Amino acid sequence: MKAKHQRLTLVLLAVVALIGAGSLAAYALQDQASYFYTPSDIADKKPAAGSAIRLGGMVEDGSIQRSADGVTVEFIVQDGTARQKVTYTGITPDLFVEGSGVVADGRLDANGLFVAETLLAKHDENYIPRELEGIDMTSGKHKTETLVQ
Amino acid sequence: MHAYANPARFLSVARPLTPFLLFGGIAMVLAACVWGLWATPAERLQGDTVKIIFVHVPMAWLGMAGWSGIAIASITELIWRHPLASHAARAIAVPGALFSLLCLITGSIWGRPAWGTWWVWDGRLTSMLVLFFLYLAYIVLANETSKANSQSRIAAIFGVVGIVNLPIIRFSVEWWETQHQGTSISIMGKSTIDALYLWPLLASAIGFSLLFGAIVLMRMRASLAQTKVDARLKRMAAE
Repeated sequence: MKAKHQRLTLVLLAVVALIGAGSLAAYALQDQASYFYTPSDIADKKPAAGSAIRLGGMVEDGSIQRSADGVTVEFIVQDGTARQKVTYTGITPDLFVEGSGVVADGRLDANGLFVAETLLAKHDENYIPRELEGIDMTSGKHKTETLVQ
Repeated sequence: MHAYANPARFLSVARPLTPFLLFGGIAMVLAACVWGLWATPAERLQGDTVKIIFVHVPMAWLGMAGWSGIAIASITELIWRHPLASHAARAIAVPGALFSLLCLITGSIWGRPAWGTWWVWDGRLTSMLVLFFLYLAYIVLANETSKANSQSRIAAIFGVVGIVNLPIIRFSVEWWETQHQGTSISIMGKSTIDALYLWPLLASAIGFSLLFGAIVLMRMRASLAQTKVDARLKRMAAE
């Protein structure tokens, strides 16, 4: 075997090992490296009331209720299997609408209500012009999964 | 391919190619930005903020493509010992770092109105920031090793090791729950971005790629010329 071929095998092996190790390690981190818990995670693990957690999911259609004081909003976050009631006092971001994604920092109170301290909107992977809103996306070129939730 | 590892032959191609890439890239980027900014509609939820993708997404792609280039050049250098490969890897590092930084900045500007925050430490944003730091480390390492006049093996090895981060950036939004949205553009399947945005985006991506190529060629030509100057100075000092 020529020296060049030796180096070739060595480097290729190193690259495969590196990418494999990196991907495996990253994949193994799944839970820990997730930026937030979904409502089903919370339903499964039941975090202690008062401990800080970050919740993410979709705002359930028709669930947003704004209080008379104008800054408190109550809504339900769902992920298709579980639901979590959330309350937040403050100004909501522009992308916070029913059916859209949210990420909220906060804690569960004794009654299982999630009290959010910060509220971020989460955009989905769909980019749709305003004029096309409301058009039936199932027939066209759009993926619908995130739209219908 | 091996034929072009010869610096003289490489230069005979790079010289006429540079202005073509440079002016072609500038024209294409300007056209795509005019198209993207004035001829596309506001997005359903984001409004006009959506238009930052015409810069943000090409920056992200080229930031990652840049490191792939460094890795390929480093592998070539390690195995075949082509001197041109180390020039190529070093030439890519600076525009790669710049494009990654611009990706982070434009993303942050978009994140404020869209998400409600400039920055979060989720998988996608953090791994992209790590890519930017890898570029900085690579630049420092490459500079130091060439100053010491030693072979640049260490920089090349670092260039190969750095590819670990690329699949992490790419799949971060699939492996983990992230603040950042999932992938919208797919070559094989359906894209979830409307064609009205997709076409100007592809145009600006091609334009920025040409520009990136022009910067790399210019930097390679400059570093080849510098090598020549150094060699001549050394010879003159010895005489």
